[in-house]
Amino acid sequence: MTHAQTPHAPAGASDADEEAAEGRVYTVSGEDWDEMMASANEARDFQSGERLVINMGPQHPSTHGVLRLILTIEGETVEEVRASIGYLHTGIEKNMEYRTWTQGVTFCTRMDYLMPFFNEAAYCMAVERLLGIEDKVPERAQIIRVMLMEFNRISSHLQGIGPMGMELGATTIFLQGLRMRERILDLYELITGLRMNHAYIRPGGLSQDLPPGALEAIRGFLDGAPKLVHDLRALIDANPVFIGRTKGVAYLDLAGCMALGVTGPMLRSTGLPWDLRKSQPYCGYETYEFDVPTVDTCDAYGRYLIRMDEIEQSLRIVRQCVDRLADRGQLADDPVMIKDAKIGWPARLSLGPDGLGPAPEHIAHIMGQSMEALIHHFKLVTEGFRVPAGQAYVAVESARGELGAHVVSDGDTRPYRVHFRDPSFTNLQSIAALCEGGQVADVIPAIASIDPVMGGVDR
Amino acid sequence: MSGPDETKPDEAGRDGPEPSEAASSDRASSEQTHGAQAAQGAVPPTPATPAAPPAPAASAEEEQASLPARLGEERLAEPVIRTGLFGVHGTPDTSGYGGLRVHQAPLLASPRPYGLYFDEVADALEAGLGTGFGDAIERVVADRGELTFYVRRERLPEVAAKFRDDPALRFELCSGVSGVHYLHDTGRELHAVYHLLSITHNRRVRLEVTAPDADPHIPSLVGVYPTCNWHERETWDFFGIVFDGHPALTRIQMPDDWKGHPQRKDYPLGGIPVEYRGAKIPAPDERRHYS
Repeated sequence: MTHAQTPHAPAGASDADEEAAEGRVYTVSGEDWDEMMASANEARDFQSGERLVINMGPQHPSTHGVLRLILTIEGETVEEVRASIGYLHTGIEKNMEYRTWTQGVTFCTRMDYLMPFFNEAAYCMAVERLLGIEDKVPERAQIIRVMLMEFNRISSHLQGIGPMGMELGATTIFLQGLRMRERILDLYELITGLRMNHAYIRPGGLSQDLPPGALEAIRGFLDGAPKLVHDLRALIDANPVFIGRTKGVAYLDLAGCMALGVTGPMLRSTGLPWDLRKSQPYCGYETYEFDVPTVDTCDAYGRYLIRMDEIEQSLRIVRQCVDRLADRGQLADDPVMIKDAKIGWPARLSLGPDGLGPAPEHIAHIMGQSMEALIHHFKLVTEGFRVPAGQAYVAVESARGELGAHVVSDGDTRPYRVHFRDPSFTNLQSIAALCEGGQVADVIPAIASIDPVMGGVDR
Repeated sequence: MSGPDETKPDEAGRDGPEPSEAASSDRASSEQTHGAQAAQGAVPPTPATPAAPPAPAASAEEEQASLPARLGEERLAEPVIRTGLFGVHGTPDTSGYGGLRVHQAPLLASPRPYGLYFDEVADALEAGLGTGFGDAIERVVADRGELTFYVRRERLPEVAAKFRDDPALRFELCSGVSGVHYLHDTGRELHAVYHLLSITHNRRVRLEVTAPDADPHIPSLVGVYPTCNWHERETWDFFGIVFDGHPALTRIQMPDDWKGHPQRKDYPLGGIPVEYRGAKIPAPDERRHYS
C-alpha cells in the first residue's frame, strides 16, 4: 500500500536522480496515513527540514467533487494551499451561444447542479431585462419562482451540511440531512417533472403551471419540516465533536471577504447582513417577511449556524408563497407565462393516454382556430425570439452567494455571450486564506464551510 | 441607424451571394434593428486605439517568446468564418433565406442626465479624477437601468482604485471579469467587463475596457481587487486577453497544454452529428440558425 516510488522512471534506472530533482514521491491510498507518516519519518524527511507536498483530490471524497488541492505541509501544519480546478469544465457558456434564448435555460440549469433554480432565475431575469419585460412577467410566475428558489436554498444547504457532517465522521448527520432533502426533491419532481436539471423557469415566466395537488403536497412537507430541522439541529448544534472541529476554524473576516469578493453565508458569518433579497429585491422579495441571519464569529461553525437559520427563514417564505398561491386559486385567468405572443412559449404540456405532450386544447387552437397562433407557435419553436442588442447583469442571492448572469445580445435569436459569475468559483479563491497556517485536519471543514460545487466552479 | 460605418465590418466577412434588388424589400424587414439602442444617440466609432508596442525593440523577441498569447496578427490572418447568412452552406438544403444582413451594433453614448443614481456616480468620478476624467473615460452608457463606463485601458487600475477608495463611490466588491469577443468590432475586438458593487451605497456600475486582437493586453486589477485573480485567469484562458501585472496568469479551466482560447468567436464549437430516430441531427454549430 504505502511505498516510495518514482512513477515516471524505468524501475531502478534513475531513482536517485529523480529523487534529487523532485523529492521522494509517496502514493497513498485508503486509510494508510499513519503508515505513510511513519515511512516518511523513517526517511528523515522532516528531520532534514523537508516539506511534504500532498495532492488532495481530484478524486478525494471530501473535496466536494473534482476539486484538487495541492497542500504543502510541515508536520501537521499547512504551509501552503493551491487549488486546481477545471476538471468539470463542460463549456456551458460556449454552448449557450449556439442555442436559442429559451434553450439556454437547459444548459445553465446544469452549472451548479445543487441550485438549478437560481441558475435559471438569474439567466431568465437577465434575458427579461434585455427584452424590457421585467415588470410584465405574471405575478403567479414570480411567486412560484420565489417558492422554488427558497426550496432550492433549503435543499442546497442540506446538501452542504449533511456531507460536512459525514466528512467530519458522522454518518447520521449526512443521512438526516439527505432525508429532508429527499422530500424536497420529491416536490421538485412533482412540480417540474425532474429532480434536478429542471429548465422550469423560462424567459417570460415558467414552462408550466403547478400540477393539481401540488399545494397540498407542499403543505404536507411544510407540516413535517420543522421537526426535521429540529432533529438536525439537535444532532449538530451542541455536538462537542462538531464544535471542536469547526469553531474557530477557517477564519475569514470582513476585510478578507471584501477583498476576495466572497458573498453569501461566508460574508454573513462576519456580521454583515448583506443579502440581495433585502438590498436589491427581485421577483417581489420586498413583499415577503423574512430575516437575514448573521453571526460574527467568521468561522466554519458560524457558517453552519447561518445555513441552518436560513433554512428556517426559507421555510417561512415558502409558507407565504403557498398562502398567496392558494388565494389566487379563485382567479379565472392566472397565467405563468407572459402574454406577449412574440415571446411567451405557447404550448402547454398535458398528460394524455400516450404520455406527456402538447395539450389537446392548444393543438385544436393552432390547427383549427387561429392562423396567427400557429404562426407564432412555429416561429417561436423553430426560430426563437429576438432580443434587442445590449448587455445586462442580473444578480440573485443564491444559496452560496451572489450569482450573477452577464448576458450580451447582438440582436440575434441566440445569446452573443453569457457569463455567469458563480459564487462557488469566487468563494473557492479564499481557500488559501482559510487554510494556510492551520492543521491538515482543518482543511476538510474549511472546504465544507465554503460549500463549493464544482459544477458551478468549472461550468 | 444606417450610418456608413455600420455595414462595413459585415461586408468584409461575407462570402455568400449578394442580395439581389428583388430581395431588398424582404431584407428591409429582416434587417436587425436595435430598437432600444436606436433611441439613443449613435456616435461614430472612435479610431482604433493605436496599438502601443508593449516593449522596446531590443527585448521584443524575448518578450514575444515568453508571451502566453498567440500573436494577434497571426490570428487575424485566418479567414473570417461568419457569413451572417440564414441557412446552412454546402448542403442540398437551399430553403434558408440568404439575404439577411446582420448589422453591427452602433457605439452608444448616453447624454446627461443619466437618471437614477447614475449622475451622482458620474459626478463623484469626475471630481475624483479631476482633469483626467475626459481622458480616462471614453464614453458613458446608461441603458436598461445599468450604468457602463468605457475606460481607456491604460487608465483602468487608476479608475478602479478611485471607484474603490473614494468615499462618494466606495465600490468595495468586484464581481469579477467577463470577457466578450466582438469579432467585427475592428480595433476593439476584445472587451473585459467588470461589475462593481457598492455595499455602502447599494449601487452597481459596470466598467468596460477594450483591447484590439493585435495587442490583447489589459492591465490587471488584482492589485485593486484581489478577487479578480481567478477571474482574470479565466478570461485569459477563454479569450486570450493578457492581463499585465497578474501574479500568475496561467490557464485555469482548460488543460495547461491546450491550444487556443475556446470562448473566442473564431474558435469553433465542435461536435458530431447525432442520429435520432433515423434522422441525422447536425452538430450544433452547423445547424440552421436564423440570423
